[in-house]
Amino acid sequence: MATQQVDAPQDAETPEAVVVRFAGDSGDGMQLTGGQFTLSTALAGNDLATFPDFPAEIRAPQGTLFGVSAFQINFGSRQIDTAGDAPDVLVAMNPAALKTNIAAVKPGGLVIADTGEFTKRNLEKAKYTSNPIEDGSLAKWDVLAFDISAQTVEAVKPFGLGNKDALRCKNMWTLGLALWMFGRPRKPIHDWLRAKFKGKAELAEANIAALDAGHAYGETAELSGPLHQCHLDPVPAAPGLYRTITGAEAVALGLIAGARLLRLPLFFGGYPITPASAILHHLARLKEFSVTTFQAEDEIAAICAAIGASYAGSLGVTSSSGPGIALKGEAMGLAIMTELPLVIVNSQRGGPSTGLPTKTEQSDLYQAVYGRNGDAPMPVIAARSPADVFECAIEACRIAVQYMTPVMLLTDGYIANAAEPWLVPDPEAFERMPVEFLTEKNAGDQLLPYKRDERGARPWIKPGTPGLMHRIGGIEKAVDTGHLDYSPGNHQAMTDARRDKIAGIRVRDQQVEVGNRSGKLAVVGWGSTYGPIHQAVLRARRKGMDVSHIHVRHVWPLPANLGDLLHGFDKVLVPEMNTGQFKTVLRDQFLVDAQPLTKVSGQPFQIAELEAAIATYFDEVPGNAGGEEIEPNLQQLPNPEAGHDDGTTPRDLRMMHERDN
Amino acid sequence: MNDMTPITTVKDWETDQEVRWCPGCGDYAILKAVQRTLPQLGSDPANTVFVSGIGCSSRFPYYIESYGFHTIHGRAPAFATGIKLANPDLDIWLVTGDGDGLSIGGNHLMHVLRRNVNMQIMLFNNEIYGLTKGQYSPTSREGTKSPSTPLGSIDHPARPCAFALGAGARFVARGFDVSKNLPDVLKAAHAHRGAAFVEIFQNCVVYNKDVFDDFAQPKGAEDRQLWLEDGAPMLFAGGTRGITLNHETLRLEVVEVTDGDWQTAKVIVHDVTNRAIAHMLVEMPFGPFPMALGVLYDDPVPTFDDMAIADREHAVAGKEPNLARLLASGQTWTVSGTVDESAGHPARGMVSK
Repeated sequence: MATQQVDAPQDAETPEAVVVRFAGDSGDGMQLTGGQFTLSTALAGNDLATFPDFPAEIRAPQGTLFGVSAFQINFGSRQIDTAGDAPDVLVAMNPAALKTNIAAVKPGGLVIADTGEFTKRNLEKAKYTSNPIEDGSLAKWDVLAFDISAQTVEAVKPFGLGNKDALRCKNMWTLGLALWMFGRPRKPIHDWLRAKFKGKAELAEANIAALDAGHAYGETAELSGPLHQCHLDPVPAAPGLYRTITGAEAVALGLIAGARLLRLPLFFGGYPITPASAILHHLARLKEFSVTTFQAEDEIAAICAAIGASYAGSLGVTSSSGPGIALKGEAMGLAIMTELPLVIVNSQRGGPSTGLPTKTEQSDLYQAVYGRNGDAPMPVIAARSPADVFECAIEACRIAVQYMTPVMLLTDGYIANAAEPWLVPDPEAFERMPVEFLTEKNAGDQLLPYKRDERGARPWIKPGTPGLMHRIGGIEKAVDTGHLDYSPGNHQAMTDARRDKIAGIRVRDQQVEVGNRSGKLAVVGWGSTYGPIHQAVLRARRKGMDVSHIHVRHVWPLPANLGDLLHGFDKVLVPEMNTGQFKTVLRDQFLVDAQPLTKVSGQPFQIAELEAAIATYFDEVPGNAGGEEIEPNLQQLPNPEAGHDDGTTPRDLRMMHERDN
Repeated sequence: MNDMTPITTVKDWETDQEVRWCPGCGDYAILKAVQRTLPQLGSDPANTVFVSGIGCSSRFPYYIESYGFHTIHGRAPAFATGIKLANPDLDIWLVTGDGDGLSIGGNHLMHVLRRNVNMQIMLFNNEIYGLTKGQYSPTSREGTKSPSTPLGSIDHPARPCAFALGAGARFVARGFDVSKNLPDVLKAAHAHRGAAFVEIFQNCVVYNKDVFDDFAQPKGAEDRQLWLEDGAPMLFAGGTRGITLNHETLRLEVVEVTDGDWQTAKVIVHDVTNRAIAHMLVEMPFGPFPMALGVLYDDPVPTFDDMAIADREHAVAGKEPNLARLLASGQTWTVSGTVDESAGHPARGMVSK
């Protein structure tokens, strides 16, 4: 996160942060509404984090509980690390959206509901026996219920749209209301709508009219109802140029930046899979940056083509998610054996097997570190947030080429889809690391394709280079010459060489994110758990607990100082969205008594859950700390009803929405 | 291509590695044929890449003095595609076998042919798994007894050339290991711009000995081999027999040719661009018919690598690769001034692009 860390008090009069959840039918365009609201929030200078949640079905049946699409945004005048625990505001576009989301809303929070959709049939589909707006069951909350559908139809009447098309503008009406609530300018959205509906002026103007009508409604309704405007100051942030970025975009940009720093063309081999496809989509449009994208016939061909491209002198990259990564395993072994550079991006999702394609999990860590046949060491880097992915991708490119090895970059479904503000980096500020290919024999009149440099890396020799013809392959290589060699001593030597090369990769020393370099408790995280851990540790420290946050980027090899650092703490707690994989690695590598805190409900950790777990180390009850499992939280996104699979990304939904409009 | 001046000799294409195929293996003959062909093509070892999968045939790259990549089982077409896209100037020869190319790698073989990536694909068909010690393969004939099929195999065999044509191949040819015509077939494959598929029958002397003798043995070969030549009538048995198309049944038939008058006998003139006839030739059963050999089909279309280059040039036209601008794309805003942590919020300006 680009913003500064601010330890602000929690109980201030004016809110420092607000959580808004937009929920509606998957056809209602909630992801689009959320996306544009995110942009306006970023432009207002608030820090933010989002959680897009969408049904796995491309076209879920209308009005059903599992067809609910939701978008949560947490924004504020202080640093925001998570999409927020409980919403302050819920916008429910139909009964199903209300049903699946209402329990999560803070008591006293605001619920905005479109009564136009609360028909008998829709109530039945949402399994309501009576209308919740009328039966008093929403007494805990401030409810603003009115006919958004009718208001929208009225607003777009001058444009002569059919009823169906008119109702499609509902999301813009709602967005207009939300913009008013938080004092946001409408112009950027107007501009965006005009660009989006270029050539279809009447649609652009209809959507703009709906947006303006929603905004105007706010001004009018303020006088009589629970609705009021709320202003959040911009967050103190490092000076510079900002934009919002999702993890998938950041991977694409980071790979391009990495390849350019190395002065290499980029070859990306991919196969469609949720939630990794977005990287292929982004790169396919950036061919002017010496990018070749290849949609292969399967996951195996995608990585094999990438290895082929690396062999021929490009930077080969492939990406997938758990099941696809499993298919690529044998080819990773070949890249390790032939010592060719390769970047493998794994956007992790819930597993095993098809698992939870659209939900997030961190359960591919064993697969990344250990999941190949033979002794097949491979560096693994884990990104903590959408903005962090950019640097991680550059780092992955660097290691792959400097050490002639495949590198795995771990992100997850949450990072891939979520957006956050990003301080746009200056590409000139990164160290250039131009590659040198071998162009002449490297041992007198002899070519030694497996002669190692001071890093343990072999030379990169492009086919097409005169006089350096040689053969490589998956059979064990003789030291230096690379000839086939099955002899016992040689295999020992080469296994050691491959191990030492990876173990010797220079990675930055581990820093402490929050707290001290020793003390009572260290909370050790990796990947996208960064946000909730960071906030939970900050809160616990405010309450006087001696707890520190350590967040590991280099999962393999681990930073050289990490062992000593962990031994400086009495206790080590490792929260992960799996059943305790990194905990096992830490125990194995450093003989520390790392304790797991696990959650595998397909939902990210909530700050409160981590805070409670940390507190057990400091309360007076003996023997209750550590080894916990966090129960699924039915009030948290993703929508627990939307359990069906094989999904699509918010970007896909946006594209579908655009196509439909 | 035949008029190209050789810049190499056969010797230049031999490596210092000891060849490890079984004595008498058909692979030796194919290796020799390839090493003899390459100088005639004017090929440059530095610009030539042999890519293979796994199996006896896939050891081939180790014995050719060029660049070589011995990859993993069945996936050679995918590696070769990546190599070609990364450097379209490289001349790629892909070596695979009946198990590697049609069993574990059938999917990749289909797609490299369908995409028409410019390379020569040699599928050594010995109708058996040799390296794993003799199990039946996807091209083994029904009833093949092997360690995994002690009572004889029950699978219907795959027909490599029919598979290739069905996958969309634009060049399909056939030869066999010890045939003196093999270099000519390989030269034709090399001359074809696109994925050129060559099935090479190869004798596995250990596990499937002489299984192709019924047509490949020199004695009586004339009666059993139909060597196809573009523009020439489909004649065999010393010109005394030929292939004709029965216009009523729309099936091929063998006809007797008297005194060389093949026109009267209505023998088909081979047209390598006739896809319908090619489909019939690859399905023509040996026994009632001779074995069709040589170039069965050759009708080039634009290649995947050429199209990819054109596609990229089109996409890139008029665009400048400005990374700083790319990073700052979309809607941006500027935070200005220095941050004073104790004093709260900085002065802030907003910029919308």
